[in-house]
Amino acid sequence: MRLDLSHIQRWIAPGSRVLDLGCGDGVFLEFLRDQRQVRGTGLEIDQKYITAAISRGINVIEQDMDAGLANFPDQSFDTVVLALALQAVKYPERVLDEVLRIGREGIVTFPNFGHWRCRLMLGLQGRMPVSSFMPYTWYNTPNIHFCTVKDFENLCRDKGIRIVSREVVGETRDQPMLSNKWPNLFAATAIYRISR
Amino acid sequence: MNPQHSVGIVTPQVAHFDAPLKLACGRELTNYDLVYETYGELNEQRSNAVLICHALSGNHHAAGYHSADDKKPGWWDECIGPGKPIDTTHFFVVCLNNLGGCHGSTGPSSINPATGKPWGSDFPPLRTRDWVHSQARLADYLGIECWAAVIGGSLGGMQAMRWSLEFPQRIRHCVVIAAALKLSAQNIAFNEVARQAIESDPDFVDGNYLERSTMPARGLALARMIGHITYLSDDAMANKFGRDLRSGSLDRGEVSNAEFQVQSYLRHQGSQFSGNFDANTYILMTRALDYFDLALEYDNDPVVAFQHAKCSFLVMSFSTDWRFSPERSREIVNALIAADRPVTYAEIEAKEGHDAFLMPIPRYLDVFHAYMLRVRGEN
Repeated sequence: MRLDLSHIQRWIAPGSRVLDLGCGDGVFLEFLRDQRQVRGTGLEIDQKYITAAISRGINVIEQDMDAGLANFPDQSFDTVVLALALQAVKYPERVLDEVLRIGREGIVTFPNFGHWRCRLMLGLQGRMPVSSFMPYTWYNTPNIHFCTVKDFENLCRDKGIRIVSREVVGETRDQPMLSNKWPNLFAATAIYRISR
Repeated sequence: MNPQHSVGIVTPQVAHFDAPLKLACGRELTNYDLVYETYGELNEQRSNAVLICHALSGNHHAAGYHSADDKKPGWWDECIGPGKPIDTTHFFVVCLNNLGGCHGSTGPSSINPATGKPWGSDFPPLRTRDWVHSQARLADYLGIECWAAVIGGSLGGMQAMRWSLEFPQRIRHCVVIAAALKLSAQNIAFNEVARQAIESDPDFVDGNYLERSTMPARGLALARMIGHITYLSDDAMANKFGRDLRSGSLDRGEVSNAEFQVQSYLRHQGSQFSGNFDANTYILMTRALDYFDLALEYDNDPVVAFQHAKCSFLVMSFSTDWRFSPERSREIVNALIAADRPVTYAEIEAKEGHDAFLMPIPRYLDVFHAYMLRVRGEN
């Protein structure tokens, strides 16, 4: 399982209702269903992923987050997951509001643009960062709203969003010390559990 | 006949029912026949049965061939057969001609036992729920307690949704394709023009044409032509016919009328249809379609309605369908979400318009297939 997902699964209560925004091939919801008896729904726009998710027996809705999420009632899910999708939406701020309107709790993960490698590439080479984790170049990337750990936390503070817990994942599995101590510099992926 | 991936030669069967059926209109049918076909084998647990509900002008012949000489298979052969989305090596598939139909089930062209004459326009008006209740009787007759899935496109999808509310314990999955919670004013308007076309044909004689040995063939053909236009997209018609001429020319100095390909196509569709279909049935079916309103008896709230359902749903729509557009399907999906029902939704890119639900569109078949595998897994 993807590293950020293996972290956040611990925050999901058995038997709860989970909405996964950008559920991909549904592997996470499948895991939650089989291991946590979670009642899950996924949202996805990629056709290949939708078919793959259906094959796993996942309830998946073809819907574009950028067109809004108004069709999901207030507080209708225990947890709304937005995993590695915040940076790809048109209006991250609105999506965050929607996450916490629809869910009692939100889980958000995103690639940290403040990571030292990004800084190095931009600072020394003067180029937009490209890595194995962010493999796109600036002109073809679906990731249109990069932010750093600090940026995200500032936004949460401004919007009155409570950060229940934060975890960070370093570039490799063996440097948790650094990324825990200086997340904005060493976290490759930031993981937040948020609520109102 | 093309035997590959086909259920092969099939023989329609007739079920006779003597227990009176109370209809939504308040009248009663004392006895009636339902003609149906089945494909595949019912398993020992009787858990693999799938009901196919047909659309406006459909019938019981959904797949396979009636004889080795048949050129065309049943109307949904693209989706039913070995290795197809509704895989007959795993499912026991039942498709019937609905009550009021004209392909063997009791309908306006049947003999009214009370008068000894054809029912004609005196046949009781039917609602979607009447079909669902008669289908439930057929399920009893076949020993099927619970359908693995009830599946339908267009008006068939409306029956599938009605099933989920009328018999929530008897359906595990509901597949709703290119349908709507109710018809729009525009939908009703098209149906009304079709009915007017039939009724204004002098040979219709108030629906009692069988007694008079006439046929409102022109009216029915016209009704079908109108309907057919709404099944196709603007693009599909442009691609298929464009402004191609079948005869004549648009040159200067040409006195006689030119005929476009689309004209002759529509006329062909119309006249073929009027030879195979009953005008009273067409009127009855379009009325049932107009009257359908899933949530009418649930405070006009589809969310309240779907709270009575217990099954999982697959909803599919097609991008260029303007008869029951993706927007109509999203209303179904959103009501299901709000009612906390498990739902899967796919919006299929297709250029064929409403007719797309009958076409072998790769993504449509993929999604359908994947979902039916899930249904199988839960058998």
